[in-house]
This record gives sequence, structure tokens and C-alpha cells, in this order.
Amino acid sequence: MDQEKDKNKPGGFNRRDILKGLAAIPAFGLIGYGLFKEIGELKASRINLLGNDDSIIPKGAPLVLQGETIRMGIVGCGGRSRYLLKALGFLHPDRIDEYSEWARTNKYWKEYMEGFFAQDNLNVRITAICDVFDKNARLGVEIGANLHRNGSGGDMDSAPKRFHTYQELCASEEVDAVVIGTPDHLHVPVVLEAARNGKHVYCEKPLSWTVEETYEVRRVVKDSGIIFQLGHQGRQTDSYQVARSLINRDVIGKISLIEVCTNRNDPNGAWVYDIDTEASPETIDWKQFIGPAPWHDFSLERFFRWRCWWDYSTGLSGDLFTHEYDALNQILDLGIPKSATASGGIYFYKDGRTVPDVLNMAFEYPDRDLTLLYSATLASEKKRGKVIMGHDAYMELDETLLIMADPKSTRYAEQIEKGIIEPHKPLFSYVPGQDRVDAITSPTEKYFAERGLLYTYRDGKTYDTSHLHLREWLNCIRKGDGSQPSCDIDQSFEEAMTAHMGTISYHEGRRVYWDAASEKIV
Amino acid sequence: MEYSKGQLISLVLLRLAIGWHFFYEGMVKVLNPAWTAKAYLLDSGGFAKPFFDWIAFNPSLLAISDFVNAWALTLVGFFLLLGWWVRPAAIAGMLLLGMYYLSHPPFPGIEYLFPIDGNYFIIDKTMVELLALGVLLSFPTSHIIGLERLFKKSKPS
Repeated sequence: MDQEKDKNKPGGFNRRDILKGLAAIPAFGLIGYGLFKEIGELKASRINLLGNDDSIIPKGAPLVLQGETIRMGIVGCGGRSRYLLKALGFLHPDRIDEYSEWARTNKYWKEYMEGFFAQDNLNVRITAICDVFDKNARLGVEIGANLHRNGSGGDMDSAPKRFHTYQELCASEEVDAVVIGTPDHLHVPVVLEAARNGKHVYCEKPLSWTVEETYEVRRVVKDSGIIFQLGHQGRQTDSYQVARSLINRDVIGKISLIEVCTNRNDPNGAWVYDIDTEASPETIDWKQFIGPAPWHDFSLERFFRWRCWWDYSTGLSGDLFTHEYDALNQILDLGIPKSATASGGIYFYKDGRTVPDVLNMAFEYPDRDLTLLYSATLASEKKRGKVIMGHDAYMELDETLLIMADPKSTRYAEQIEKGIIEPHKPLFSYVPGQDRVDAITSPTEKYFAERGLLYTYRDGKTYDTSHLHLREWLNCIRKGDGSQPSCDIDQSFEEAMTAHMGTISYHEGRRVYWDAASEKIV
Repeated sequence: MEYSKGQLISLVLLRLAIGWHFFYEGMVKVLNPAWTAKAYLLDSGGFAKPFFDWIAFNPSLLAISDFVNAWALTLVGFFLLLGWWVRPAAIAGMLLLGMYYLSHPPFPGIEYLFPIDGNYFIIDKTMVELLALGVLLSFPTSHIIGLERLFKKSKPS
């Protein structure tokens, strides 16, 4: 064998040694050729559609403005308001105990509690609580006293005062600003009372329960000069801000159709909430709950599941469509549509409710040459995103944002023909926390982007959007120069009227129109 | 160690194939400045997932890991192909493959977003390549076919 022959010849190579020693050299030539091809393709696919424009990415959260402590009153202290209290930095001491215990073994709760403790201090005090249900009021008082984010037995601040009516709370000298988390039918009465008392208002969506009160609340809020914010925290969602920038840069082309949806499939999502065992005619001020609604005898079902009845609710249109609408109004400045057509019915939850559980609405914007479609069911969880359809590409929006090129696009025709852009594959992606938006190139990146896992928003500091939305409102109050937050009373008016148009069309079974000159639904 | 012709050819081909695979994979990463293992790390599963997530979420660690990964692949491949320093290269290659295996272990009950080109249970192609490198460690060939032959001959033993 060769080894045998060469064994005794140290030093001095023969031809065979050279050949065998350098046997692999030709392989490098072949590999080099492969690499040359591969890198060439990679370079060709690197498209820079946005230039180096990094102004598209929102730059972190605005600072908390310094100023005097703002004293807050909370009207309605159920689940949603308690969530807002957490966003303001207030959690019940028992919940802190409980969640901290869960956080020991559960990653979700660990991150939840870390996020809560890391949340910036907004320099507010809860001085007043009002709820018609004694238990909610008591919880509100206990939460409001927990200024230092302690567990039970920890140091508490002075407890907020419980008021039995919102009128008394709004008149209190101890309150600078009011957070409203009541059922829909009480939003406007409380906003009016607060505004007339000069209190700033953060009101949960939707703005109003009836068309008529919408005009009044806009007038009173404007005349009073208060700072008003409607609780569409989606205003703070990074991807919506990015979407607006990208659409302004004409990345998706002319938009003709927008489709938004609600899909839920559980009792909670269909507003069939638990009935609290402490609740009774003795612990609930029923008359005050009814307020402007038609009289009905005491009903625990109606009290806890009020969203199921038109008497207190605005149904799918006011409760869930408004989220979608406000996101699009933020991105596209849609305003109030020219017309609305709605249909649907109570098809699944035959539990005595009066609001539909399936609703489809079409809003026409002839001035913009586009239609906004809303489609909702409370009995299927099929995920259908928010899709903005343009001639050159379509945009799918969630917490993340994806843009897919259209095969018949004019703008991208050349790149599609050259194979640089693959239609129906993500052209852009944005996930909060990612520091750049640009065309996606590698197959791996595309694969993950399609599934929303390119970069997760756990990366970097995460903010609760409700916290940011409240912060924006508080900053405007502290500025005191009349600047209004992003979801001000004009934006709220557009939201309310659009939702009402859909609801009226559903009730009357006809197409309804917006007369912009007289600001009337006809 | 003495080999029959067939044994020698098989072993050298195995060494060249693995070297080729490593070298090409490494060079593509080295030459693509946008490449990062972030998404791959985030998709990891199994008991070592926290470790890989930790790297993915730490920008400086990720940069180091990306750099080391790309260059280690390239160099391991380079030395396997040339037939020089094959033992350290094979050991380094086994360590790399061990990391890839641990990041995506093909155990029942773990699901990955990243597509898998086959059906695996405990043993996957990564593990097979790792074991093949073990074979190369035990059956060296570079002193017969490879640069080592020349170096060995140039210094008298």
C-alpha cells in the first residue's frame, strides 16, 4: 500500500505526496463558485424600498412630564377600571400577593409582575371612587390606597373617599381628573357632569350611547376646555403608527377595500360574565345603574352582562367595531363615512339578549374611493386580521404588521418579474421592539415573519398601551397649553357617529347616510 | 492505522463531505452581514430553551454568538477539507452540532415553527453528522490524504 512505500522516506515529497496532500484543493474552487452564485443572489434580493428613512419607527415612549400630583376620581370600578388602575400603577394588595405567588412558577405572571413594578410612576393619587355596587367600590378604595405597590400588610397611603353618586364625585374639591369605566349608557352623563365641573376626563370607549347626546358631549367638552381622552389605547400601538407612515409613503398603492373583523368564541367574549355572589338589591344601587336607560326591574343578569342589552350597551358596533374603526381612523384619517349598511342577528346566544352576536357592516367612503367592511361573530374564533388592500400590496395588521406584494402590482412589477419580490410573501414586517423596517429577504426571515415571530416585543422594554394612553392624557393636562391627546373629542365624535350609523342601519334594515353639511345621520 | 482502499476512500469522502457542508454553511453566514441566528434561537425548544432564549434576547451575546458560529463553521470546514488539524476541528464541529441538537431536540411533544425536512424521533440528521465526526476522530485520514501528510513528512520523526 501507499503508506508502506512512503513510510521510510521522511522529508522530500514525491509527486504522489503532493497530489494526496493537496487532494481537497479543487473542492475550494467548486465551493467558491457556489458561494459566488449564492452571495450574488443575496445581493440582488436586498431591496431598499424605504431608503434609510428610519423616521418610520416610533422612538420609545414619551417621558412623564413633571408637575403637580394629579388627583383622580374613578367612576365605575369594575373589571375595566381596575385594569386602568393597574395601568396607572395601582393594584390591589391581595392581587399583588396572589400574582407574585403565581410568578414563582409561571413565566407569564413573572413577566406580568415585572412589567407592573417597572412601570413608570405617573405621579397620580386616587382620591375618589364611585360605584353603584358596594363590592366594586370597596375594592376600588383598597386599590386606590396602594400607592406604593405593596402586598397585603404593606405600607398603604390614605384611602380614597367613596362617593355614592358620580355627581358628588365630580363636584368634589379633591378631584382634578376623572376616569370613567361605566357601562356605555352612562358614559355621556358622567362626562358632562365632570366637564361642567372642570374635571379632565379619560372615558372608556365608545363615546356615546345615543346619537343626540353625542352632539351635546362634544359641545360641552369643547366649551369647558378640559383635556379629554377616549380610551382607545390602540392609539399607542406601535404597528399602527408604522402603518400610517408606510401608507403615507405609498408602499401599498391605492386602497380600495379595508376588511376588519371580530371573532370570539367563548362566553366571556360574548359578554356572558360571571354573576358575583355578593350582588343583591341591597348591595347595588339599581336606580342609579338604570340612569337614562328604560326602567327594568332589578336583574343580576342585566347588571353584570349589560353589554347584551341595547338598554345599556352599544352592541358589537359600539363595543368592538370601534376598536377597529379607531385604529383605521388613526392610520388613514377616514372620518365619518358617507353611508352605512348593516345586517346580522342573534344566531348563537339565544339567551334573551337584544344585541346581535353576528354583525356585518359596510361603510362607504366615495370621496376616498374605498369601502370599509366589518364582519363579526361571537361564535367562531377563526382568525381574520385587519387587512388594508391596496393595488400594489396588502397590509395585515395586528400587534405586528406585514405587507405582502400583489402579483399584479404596478409599482413592484419590475421587481416581481425579476424575481426579487415574491408576491404573497412578506415584503415588509414590523414587530414592536424591532428597530428597523425594511424589505425582508432571506427565506428564514420570511418564514418567521409570516408567523409573527421574527422579533418578539419582549425584546426591549414593553409598555402597556393603556398606560401609555393614560400617560399621554396626563401629559396634556400637565402641559396646560390646550394641547389635546390623540383620541380627543373630535376623533371620539367620528368614532361614535360611525358606530351609530351601523347600529341604526341594523335596526332599521336600510342604508343610512351621513349628511356632512348638517352633521346629521339621515 | 492501516486501511483497505475502500475504507480509505469512504473515510476521506466522509471527511470531505462534512468539511464541505461546514465550510459552505459558514461562508454564507460570514459573507451575509444581515445574517443572525436570532429567529432560529427563538424557535428553540426543550430543556435548554431558556439558555438559547437568553442569547437571543441579549444583543451583545447574540452578536458574539453569531460571529463565533459563522467563523467556527467556516474554520471547522476549512480544516476538515484540507486535512490539517482535523482532530481539534472535529471536536469543535461536534460541539457546534451538539448545540444545534440541543436547541432543537427532536423529542416528542416539542413543536417548532421552523420546518423540519423529515420525521425524527430522538435521532435527527444533526445527531448523525455529530456521530460521523466521531468516526473521523477515531479513524484519521489526513496523514494519508490531506495537508498533514506533507507536514508530517517535512519534519522527520
